[in-house]
Amino acid sequence: MGKAWVFEGSIDTDMLAPGPYMKFGIEEIARHCLEALDPNFASRVRPGDVVIGPRNFGLGSSREQAPAALRHLGVAAVLAPSFSGLFYRNAINVGQLVLECPAADSIRNEDDIEIDAASGQVFNRTTGSIIACAPVPPHLLAMVKAGGLLPWLEQRIERGELQTR
Amino acid sequence: MGQTLTEKLIARACGRDAVTPGELVTCKVDLAMMHDSGGPRRVKPMLERLGARIWDPDRVVVITDHYVPATDDDSREIVATARDWVKTAGVRHFHDSIGICHVVLAEQGHLRPGIFAVGGDSHSPTGGAFGCYMFGIGATEMLGVLVTGEIWLRVPQTIRLEWTGHLAHGLSAKDMMLAMCARLGMDGGRYQSIEYAGPTVRALGMQERMTLSNMAAELGAQAGIVEADQTTRAFLAAAGVASVDIESWQGDADAVPAELHRFDANALAPQAAAPHSPANSAAVTDHGVVPMHVAYIGACTGAKLVDLRMAAEVLRGRRVAAGMRLLVGPATAQDEAQARTEGTLGALLQAGAELLPNACGACAGYGAWRFEAGTRVIASTARNFKGRMGSSSAEIWLGSPYTVAAAAVTGHLTDPRLLLDRASGIVDRGN
Ligand code: SF4
Repeated sequence: MGKAWVFEGSIDTDMLAPGPYMKFGIEEIARHCLEALDPNFASRVRPGDVVIGPRNFGLGSSREQAPAALRHLGVAAVLAPSFSGLFYRNAINVGQLVLECPAADSIRNEDDIEIDAASGQVFNRTTGSIIACAPVPPHLLAMVKAGGLLPWLEQRIERGELQTR
Repeated sequence: MGQTLTEKLIARACGRDAVTPGELVTCKVDLAMMHDSGGPRRVKPMLERLGARIWDPDRVVVITDHYVPATDDDSREIVATARDWVKTAGVRHFHDSIGICHVVLAEQGHLRPGIFAVGGDSHSPTGGAFGCYMFGIGATEMLGVLVTGEIWLRVPQTIRLEWTGHLAHGLSAKDMMLAMCARLGMDGGRYQSIEYAGPTVRALGMQERMTLSNMAAELGAQAGIVEADQTTRAFLAAAGVASVDIESWQGDADAVPAELHRFDANALAPQAAAPHSPANSAAVTDHGVVPMHVAYIGACTGAKLVDLRMAAEVLRGRRVAAGMRLLVGPATAQDEAQARTEGTLGALLQAGAELLPNACGACAGYGAWRFEAGTRVIASTARNFKGRMGSSSAEIWLGSPYTVAAAAVTGHLTDPRLLLDRASGIVDRGN
């Protein structure tokens, strides 16, 4: 369980992983994640917290540092009514859980949130309500649980399912 | 019921006769393009961790454009990594500092009708202008492609955007695109496949079609396709591609798209997008008088040869307004050379333009070209998100190359048709 961080308006990849820091590693990029909207976010967010965002979350560039910055900060999940397709794919690939929740906007800042990724159920412990989200398809959830595409490929190579020539 | 071109392209790539929207399929990749920012510097350590080699080096194209020319040690290192990696990985198709990836990819003849391609950049749908399926992916997903030669895909629905009517002098594909962004919004594409169609689209040259496909990204689509025709064949012939099959890569006449939206070019006026979204587009004249500080002809979207010609048409024999800066970064070295030979570049420079390198430049906001707080910029680029090109209080407006050039002359947002001599003929859209 974790605290909800609610962001409104429009959230693009330049806000999540700002251009001027793109030449650096993920630690430095994450330090500036969402600073245009909340300068304290990166320093105050705690592992297990949950980001609640607007529809078409993460629109813009293909930079996977956008979801990777959130994951680096320990964000347990991003909930939004919809995601940019590219951001969604990248999130799965870097092991960041993302859930499509049409009613994500019922969550208030600092609400206490618990998530069951497999069923797509989100519990708001502050209000006592349950919010239904679209469950992540099983093979993608497996990839997120493995920590992303890279460790998932590693596992497949170890099992001999994939030749690396 | 017949199949759309989108469905035919995906069916071939996943080895099937037909596919249905919504199905999850695994496709074989014909071409994978990477640039210096999302490419070698990111995939190299991951490949090493896996102890894996790339599945087919001849299907990989690497292009440096985001961090060139390198201005500091970090950028130099990023570019050096790309140069070293292509050698050790055996990648022959390496285009170093000759222009912006999406435009170089087309110019160097890597794209052709029927192929299934991925690119490590969000504007990779640009390739769809050649009647192929191309979309953008992140670096980790690129790693997956490099190791397996495959990628999973949910078969998209087809969204048909149909244009009829004649594009008047002073209007361009960029105006069509901004009008579509305004009508459909930045998630109107729903990560499905857009097919641009109709006589107005067929009348466009390849570089103008590329502008449409490029900004499928701004509509939130996965791909943005134009059916190949003789125009495609002629462009590819000039790029050194001898035989091109266009007949096999047409949508069936009885295929039914999931959505159809119609647009009328006869009713189109020059468009401009207010900060901070391409969807904030309206006719230039509806925005009123908006003073500008910088006019920027740049990016894969708006600095190809055809774009430079449009700007030159407005600027020829004129001067940039006092206090105004005009920046021009031709998309590729080849386009710049042609513009120089034919006098297009001369017209821009005589008007007072500052020439930028053939690279992403200010569009990415990564390097030396960044706009200060309070600066108001009108750009021919694709994206005007807050903070993208520098300070988050910089205001970026988007327009066609004609409209950007017109603002450079007057110092404020201006309908370019007021500056175009009606008798001077129409810009050559043949490129
Ligand atoms: S010019 Fe701009 S939009 Fe095009 S690839 Fe470079 S950064 Fe992206």
